[in-house]
Amino acid sequence: MPAQPDNSAVPAIEVRDLVKTYGGITAVSRVNFAVARGEIVGFLGPNGAGKSTTMRILTGCMPATSGYAAVCGLSVAAQSEEVKRRIGYMPENNPLPEDMRVSEYLHYRGRLKEISRKKLGPRLDEVLERCDLKRVRHRIIGTLSKGYRQRVGIAECILAEPPVIIMDEPTIGLDPRQILIVRDLIASLRGRMAVVISSHILPEIEMTCDRVLIINQGRIVAQGTPDQLRRDLLGGARYELELAGPDAGLATLLAGIEPTLKISAAHAPGDDGFRRLTLTTTSTTELGEPLWRALTAGGGRRLRGLTRIRPSLEEVFLAATGQNWDAERKAS
Amino acid sequence: MKHFLTILGHEIRMLLVTASTYVAAVLFLALMGAIFTGLLESYTTTAQETPPSAVFFQLFWVPVFFMVPLLTMRCFAEERRLGTLETLFAAPVSATEVVLGKFGAAYLLYLSLWGATGGFFWILRHYASDPRLLDPGPLVGGYVFIALSGLLFVALGVWMSSLTRNQGVAALLTFVLVVLVVWGPAVALDNFAVLRLDSMRPLREALDYAQVFRHLDDFTRGVADMRALLFHLSGASLALIFTVFSLEAKRLHT
Repeated sequence: MPAQPDNSAVPAIEVRDLVKTYGGITAVSRVNFAVARGEIVGFLGPNGAGKSTTMRILTGCMPATSGYAAVCGLSVAAQSEEVKRRIGYMPENNPLPEDMRVSEYLHYRGRLKEISRKKLGPRLDEVLERCDLKRVRHRIIGTLSKGYRQRVGIAECILAEPPVIIMDEPTIGLDPRQILIVRDLIASLRGRMAVVISSHILPEIEMTCDRVLIINQGRIVAQGTPDQLRRDLLGGARYELELAGPDAGLATLLAGIEPTLKISAAHAPGDDGFRRLTLTTTSTTELGEPLWRALTAGGGRRLRGLTRIRPSLEEVFLAATGQNWDAERKAS
Repeated sequence: MKHFLTILGHEIRMLLVTASTYVAAVLFLALMGAIFTGLLESYTTTAQETPPSAVFFQLFWVPVFFMVPLLTMRCFAEERRLGTLETLFAAPVSATEVVLGKFGAAYLLYLSLWGATGGFFWILRHYASDPRLLDPGPLVGGYVFIALSGLLFVALGVWMSSLTRNQGVAALLTFVLVVLVVWGPAVALDNFAVLRLDSMRPLREALDYAQVFRHLDDFTRGVADMRALLFHLSGASLALIFTVFSLEAKRLHT
């Protein structure tokens, strides 16, 4: 079947009701999502949640049991070869041949990805430059550090300039400096290539990705921007303040600002009389200014710090996967 | 098949930078050199009816038993151990292209190593004054047999390499299979009385047809038996088809 021309209106990745079972175990269960062109999407989930399986199905390395998966409008099951021409894939643990030189390996992969000999040379130079691999281009891959190996994997992914990049744990085992380099490299692809990355390092996902998909027990349990997920899954807000003065009437004062505003944690006062309080509310309205005004309006109270706490993606992740687990438990 | 040449070129290069290739080459040439020297010594002491080339090729199995496993054990076992097979199949290449590329590289190396033994005969021709020592018929027939049987042996090695991620296990499986193919039919026909029963005639004929030494005799006598040609070509094709199935099965079930 001839490949359809790429249409920029068609999503880079489209997955509908995808199911994969192995020997009676359902690894992926009716997963639905789409990734727009040029979007960077983070794929989060505990070990064994089905992230790698979904990624491997999308790359054509593994067939799905049922459902539909398409890359740039081309069905992965029916037009697997065409799909492979449009994907750069870095599998988990980034397997690389140990006894090849970096440039040799990239040259070989470029030829397999059907880059013409004429274009391959300049493209290799460009990719080596971009991934900061020029210094090690003649080194044997087996002698490279983990950071360089990861960059070789990323260089291989972007070599043929595919519209879709899929990377399974691209920053696993890297030190913070190397993570920063890889993160910048991925961020630089925004707008030009759709990127799907899975990772356990949640702050990194938050900093790099436009959108997050959370998968647990083979199901997508939440998806959206990190802020949307915070709102949807955690709701409300938390404030931390440093306050000195009497406790009497404080609860009433807070209830006057917002009826659901309560003290959820209070530390013992320090030598200077200030103590740290954590307030929680189910309201998403910004309460910083009313709180500041009320607490500094007299009553012998002194306020020296007030912060709205932004829940971390870890909390969002735990809430999403925990809710899913609770639902499963109730259903069973 | 547009990636076949890319994979073939890559595999040849990889074989040339691998230590096991040189171990196989050195062992092979040393052993064959020793065999050839021993042969010539026996010809200087006693008159022989057959030319040295015919006797030389009768011992083809000695190097084949260790050389084929050493040349083929890495093919897929190493890729499976490192996980690079997944990356390879993420590119727009088919399992057939990969199998043929890897097989082609190992087979070309096998042929070139055997080709190097042509130097022995060149030296003999250069220094020996007796032209009877170099009868071209058995020499050409012997090399044709080597090229033909090599297709089957190397294909068996490639197939075994696709079954495991351990190179040692792949080498051992290849060794056992090649021994079975080379010696199995002759040993079975000589030792199993049950095969002499009339009802066993088809099996006896099949085993007789599969005797590799008989094919060698035919070729060195200048008889190009189509049945032998068919046996080695079909055996090699089957082994390569099984290799493709083995790779596809692993892709589908892992």
